[in-house]
Amino acid sequence: MIRKTCLALACASFGLASGAYAADSIKVGMMTTLSGPGAGLGIDIRDGFNLAVKHLGGKLGGVPAEVIVADDAQNPETAKQITERFIKRDKVDVATGVVFSNIMLAVGPAFFGSETFYISANAGPSQYAGAECNPYFFNVAWQNDNLHEAMGKHVQDKAYRKVVLLAPNYPAGKDALAGFKRFYKGEVAEEIYTKLGQLDYAAEIAQVRAAGADALYIFLPGGMGINFVKQYAQSGMTKKTPLFAPGFSGDEDVVKAVGPAMEGVFNTSHWYREMDNPANQRFVADFQKDFGRLPTLYASQGYDAALLIDAAVKAAGGKVADKAAFRKALETVKAPSTRGDYRFGNNHYPVQAYYLREVVKQADGSVSNRYVGKVMDGHADAYAKDCRM
Amino acid sequence: MLYLILEQALNGLQYGLMLFLLAAGLTLVFGIMDLINLAHGSLYMIGAFLTAAFFQALQSFFPALLLAILATAAIGVILERLLYRRLQGMNHLSQVLATFALILIANETIKIIFGAQPLMIGMPASLSGAVELVADELYYPAYRLLIIGVGLTVALGLYLLVNRTRVGMWMRAGASNPQMAAVMGVRIKPMFTFVFALGAALCALAGALLGPLLAVSVGMGESILIPAFEVIVIGGIGSMRGALVGALLVGMIDTVGRLVLTFGLKLVVASGTAATLGPTLASMMVSLLMVGVLFFRPQGLFPARG
Repeated sequence: MIRKTCLALACASFGLASGAYAADSIKVGMMTTLSGPGAGLGIDIRDGFNLAVKHLGGKLGGVPAEVIVADDAQNPETAKQITERFIKRDKVDVATGVVFSNIMLAVGPAFFGSETFYISANAGPSQYAGAECNPYFFNVAWQNDNLHEAMGKHVQDKAYRKVVLLAPNYPAGKDALAGFKRFYKGEVAEEIYTKLGQLDYAAEIAQVRAAGADALYIFLPGGMGINFVKQYAQSGMTKKTPLFAPGFSGDEDVVKAVGPAMEGVFNTSHWYREMDNPANQRFVADFQKDFGRLPTLYASQGYDAALLIDAAVKAAGGKVADKAAFRKALETVKAPSTRGDYRFGNNHYPVQAYYLREVVKQADGSVSNRYVGKVMDGHADAYAKDCRM
Repeated sequence: MLYLILEQALNGLQYGLMLFLLAAGLTLVFGIMDLINLAHGSLYMIGAFLTAAFFQALQSFFPALLLAILATAAIGVILERLLYRRLQGMNHLSQVLATFALILIANETIKIIFGAQPLMIGMPASLSGAVELVADELYYPAYRLLIIGVGLTVALGLYLLVNRTRVGMWMRAGASNPQMAAVMGVRIKPMFTFVFALGAALCALAGALLGPLLAVSVGMGESILIPAFEVIVIGGIGSMRGALVGALLVGMIDTVGRLVLTFGLKLVVASGTAATLGPTLASMMVSLLMVGVLFFRPQGLFPARG
């Protein structure tokens, strides 16, 4: 009995001791989608994150960083197994990378239960922004609704009066359309939900045609969006019913895949390439140099996630194991970022500006995004008021 | 509304014909060789990737398509000689295991050669627009019309091959009673190789045609395999006619069902609920049809073995 108590005390003091000293390295578990139709998103997040770590000399917050990369293949079961491995075997200090909200909701409880910090570089489900918010969850990108809210406001401001909405039938799809409708007050002629991962949209395009609306808003991440926009252009509908999208379906990955047919598509994002700040200029230039392609908003989010971790580790004096200090640092630190200033709300989701971009023909004949203007400033999400932590 | 239904019928026809190309090979191999080939979808993926590769080299769609079909058929011949011949006569569980392993091998190999990101095949520029079928009312993408045309031509060709030629007679004999056919002097082994290569070529054709429409990606074969199996269960294993009817049924139900169910539900429940419930129910419809067929006609609608 006494021996057991001693052992426990020894362990406890050891635990405290290791917390008190600065860590000699920081382990990041990067689980993201690297294969299948959503692969492009995860690859950009990973590349953006790694570029930041490279810029920081292989360190995060001054301590050597080890980034463990795993592919969830957009499969919640695979994701759960990797999460177990991250927590039990690799004992990561911080995890990041999940692209899809259904996967985030499947693995969140395991991270929170084991008190592992999770810095989301993409998925921003409404659940974790509201009643189920968690001290261990931070989102460095946006809440799922935000980009759609910005586009809802733009379409409203431009006086389109009858729109068709289209999204996949999964948590972020519902968040998306709810977000759009929060700021759009006109008539919704048709609300179409598709299977997640669907690749052929002939049936949906026919429905859009029949609805006779004056605008179409889609939320279809990854390969889904690429296929839809391609097929929409082929159906000859682009002129009749113009297409509006969140930045996800109007970014460089989609533009590159679809080509000139993308010209004229408006999309909203919290980041644009021409943004004038030192972090962004270094990021854009080196991303193109290292990877030979234009960066997307996903890449900027991966980059910003690494910059946030870096700043927070520094602010906590390198003591990642001291959970309270590290959390305080994450909540309050002013990290540099590619999108300029942002801060966290009470639910650990960003409060920031949202911008309008348009896909246009560039001087060299290629098509890519151009900054149009600011849609919202200092915008927080609609769920923060339900968060008690 | 009429034109919407008409357009959806065309979409259903196009999807059904693509399913037919896949199901035809699957049903022949299953019916004639008594072999469950889970890796059938992998041949579809290989065909699509080869088309993408040849397209990148030649920058021209139709030659790339032809080369890919020939190359996939050749891969089919090699696979049949090396592997499937040995699997024949084993129990179905062993076949399932071996061909499942083949799926994993094919996926990893493709990933190593082409990378994990989806590839794009450019569409012939002349076919990338929409055709006006009914003035101002019904437009339809030219490329999808081409797919329908090719699908119908292949269906007719297969029908003639199976029902009007000597090879077709052997195939039908092999499907209904392989032992008897062998005794009657049909050279079963070369015929099996031919059947397998034909199945592979049809897969490649489907993969190549769908490539410019969808994205060519690792694992694309698995998602199409389930509807292909549903088609042959509904149509009757080993029956070409069954495969065609089954494929068109599945294509129509999947495409038209999504629209009609959502529309119908809107009359009964709130439109938000209908929008969510409709697609879910529609994707169950095909499975329900299969259950119904299995219950009332366990041999399928057009059984090959009387």
